[in-house]
Amino acid sequence: MPSYTAPVKDMQFLLHDVLKVTEAGIEGYADLDEGFTSAVLEEAGKVASGVLAPLNAVGDREGCTLENGVVRTPKGFKEAFEAMKQGGWTALDCDPAYGGQGLPYLMGTAVGEIFVSANMAFNMYQGLTHGAYSAIHTHGTPEQKAMYLPKMVSCDWTGTMNLTEPHCGTDLGLMRTKAEPQADGSYRITGQKIFISAGDHDLSENVIHLVLAKAPGGGEGTKGISLFIVPKFLVNDDGSLGARNAVSVGKIEEKMGIHGNATCVMNYDGATGWLLGDLHKGMRAMFTMMNEARLGVGLQGYAVAEAAYQNALNYAKDRLQGRAVTGAENPDAPADPLIVHPDIRRNLMEQKSFVEGARALTFWGAHLIDRSVRQDDEAAEGLISLMIPVIKGFQTDKGFEMAVQAQQVYGGHGYIEEWGMSQFARDARIAMIYEGANGVQALDLVGRKLAQDGGKHVMAFFEMVKAEVKAHDDDARMAPFAEALKTASKQLQQAAMFFMAQGMKNPNAALAGSYDFMHLMGHVCMGLMWTRMARAAFTALDEGRGDADFLNTKIATGRFYMARQLPACAMHLARIETGADPVMALAAEAF
Amino acid sequence: MKVLVPVKRVIDYNVKVRVKADGSGVDLANVKMSMNPFDEIAVEEAIRLKEKGVATEVVVVSIGVKQSQETLRTALAMGADRAILIEAAADVHTDIEPLAVAKLLAGVVKEEAPGIVLAGKQAIDNDMNATGQMLAALLGWSQATFASELAVEGDKATVTREVDGGLQTISVALPAVVTVDLRLNEPRYASLPNIMKAKSKPLATKTPADYGVDVSPRLTVVKTTEPAGRKAGVKVGSVDELIAKLKDEAGVI
Repeated sequence: MPSYTAPVKDMQFLLHDVLKVTEAGIEGYADLDEGFTSAVLEEAGKVASGVLAPLNAVGDREGCTLENGVVRTPKGFKEAFEAMKQGGWTALDCDPAYGGQGLPYLMGTAVGEIFVSANMAFNMYQGLTHGAYSAIHTHGTPEQKAMYLPKMVSCDWTGTMNLTEPHCGTDLGLMRTKAEPQADGSYRITGQKIFISAGDHDLSENVIHLVLAKAPGGGEGTKGISLFIVPKFLVNDDGSLGARNAVSVGKIEEKMGIHGNATCVMNYDGATGWLLGDLHKGMRAMFTMMNEARLGVGLQGYAVAEAAYQNALNYAKDRLQGRAVTGAENPDAPADPLIVHPDIRRNLMEQKSFVEGARALTFWGAHLIDRSVRQDDEAAEGLISLMIPVIKGFQTDKGFEMAVQAQQVYGGHGYIEEWGMSQFARDARIAMIYEGANGVQALDLVGRKLAQDGGKHVMAFFEMVKAEVKAHDDDARMAPFAEALKTASKQLQQAAMFFMAQGMKNPNAALAGSYDFMHLMGHVCMGLMWTRMARAAFTALDEGRGDADFLNTKIATGRFYMARQLPACAMHLARIETGADPVMALAAEAF
Repeated sequence: MKVLVPVKRVIDYNVKVRVKADGSGVDLANVKMSMNPFDEIAVEEAIRLKEKGVATEVVVVSIGVKQSQETLRTALAMGADRAILIEAAADVHTDIEPLAVAKLLAGVVKEEAPGIVLAGKQAIDNDMNATGQMLAALLGWSQATFASELAVEGDKATVTREVDGGLQTISVALPAVVTVDLRLNEPRYASLPNIMKAKSKPLATKTPADYGVDVSPRLTVVKTTEPAGRKAGVKVGSVDELIAKLKDEAGVI
């Protein structure tokens, strides 16, 4: 059975040595002293290891069931959800005006990673609620906020997001669900939504569905779409629950992973809904939450890989197979542990250097979101918006790959269910698909984000990387980092130039290279993070602070990433520069 | 009634303990430290006494290095009301011996006048199992050790003790020192709002000199060694052979 321990030391290093949160000058950050963040992360870690992780395999094995229209979650989920609510964890970064704890999004991200690593499927019930909370908080009327937010902050009521329909996934313009205005100001919502995570369950008293639907007069395509609040139980003026709304679960899907989360077909049969935000501006309302939602999925990518890595590492230290090629390291036993073998090391180093780099990138992303939200910092807003498709697409691709590599360490034992490693791979797989499939992320990056605001944000990104490279000129120890980052960022710029030159005359050339560009930029971002982490580690060592073993391990892990992973950038650039021809050469019939 | 709970910062029970190369003790540098698990049970019990209306205030005290503050904050986050840190060492490897700790606690008891001192039965680092008993002796108070149940009524406490081969229930007059065993309760997780509140709860810092106690060691550590590794076992061919071995070789039956 897999186990999980929260990587508090690594998180503390990021918060206090790399991001230096208390000096960042962001509202609410001054309170994040080392003692406090350690207390929060340690306690979240205890809940994760003691309550959530033991339910991970249970959720996978039992799954959710639908009987007589009622969805039941796996055994133990209800009690665990109650523990999360009682612990106040669901309210962590929510608005104190509605019962939240008001901590920065960065802290929510760190704690979120811990809970996702321990039990991704379980954490989604709260995660989806947080998304719906944000939408109502941003776009709701004062009455709507007063009615829904306090109960959603406490997770007495949970939330969902309803976008997809059977014939319309990425292309929401094809949407058919309709909203008919009623005399009392409400709308009648009719249609079918599918793939609704946490669509229904037995963990909360009420489920608040946010539903995209077409109201009359909005025109064709996505322009006519509005966003509606459709509660499972209608809410009376005094806040008590009233009649059951005309929304029901058609079925729950059988999936490859995240079995503990109920993925529902939701039928709206003239259900009562209320407009959230402006009429016909539903897509815009959805997009305001996109950064947080996609960062959250990017987080899932590496958080599951972290849990898988921890177990693979333990196994590699315990399992005795073969002898070290340089001579027995464990002569009293019949064989050496797996970890002596260079290819096992290669595998573990790839996992470790990815997870730690992705954690740094995600924390930095959350920090930029705090900057943009709490300080109205437009440069931060532009930068995070540029990086979101990279964080989502790159980290979930790699997260899955690393979960598979962790499984590989176990050999045949990774493939049988008993050891739990297959679950990590199956759970991680969905993160590449939902919240915008990774191909769509690449399209968003190359087709939209690069050129956004006249290319201002990508230029700012290049400048930032350049400044980072230059900052370490006088420190020879940093050369392996600065030089590799310089090479990779030049390759990234060259790829961007290629798109600019080709884009106008042959848009297929840009799109054929978009996936490689997303990965190329992902590696550059990771290289940037490893450079910053190495700098912070050297500084701490120079000042005699912290745990020297931890810091030296950090530097060596970074060197591995720079030396062994950044060279992938050259391959991605080479592919990009072949343009559209190799990809588009075949006529569709020729396949 | 006030309840005083001494808490010790010890090596985390999940950490694989390594003996220092010179054999002078175990390596505590950059190792994860936590509240002694038995003390956590004592804190939990004190908070429950407060929730039942038996206790009015829960005061936690820790003796050791400055970082013991974190351990005190953990207790405050669980629900203790205020904390006292007696800074008695600068190096994490300096262990304050039970007698010195008991004397310091006796000093705190004189100032705070609690109705009960609830302590862990022992700390998981040195397993001395001495401080509670010494404290009771110094104060001239009743003591009830290894508690697995505790009920307070008026000026008496009824304590069920885990003794060899069973349970013993005794009644002690208050004030008393009660040391707690593993099965007394299951400590709660601190909630996020309480972790945040703990930041602003009072934490007083004192020194041994404030209590006139000399904490210099009276014991000498001769050596520290790792436990011997497990020897390989043997397979027996039959039940008879097993019984013969248990009788003749192991001498256990």
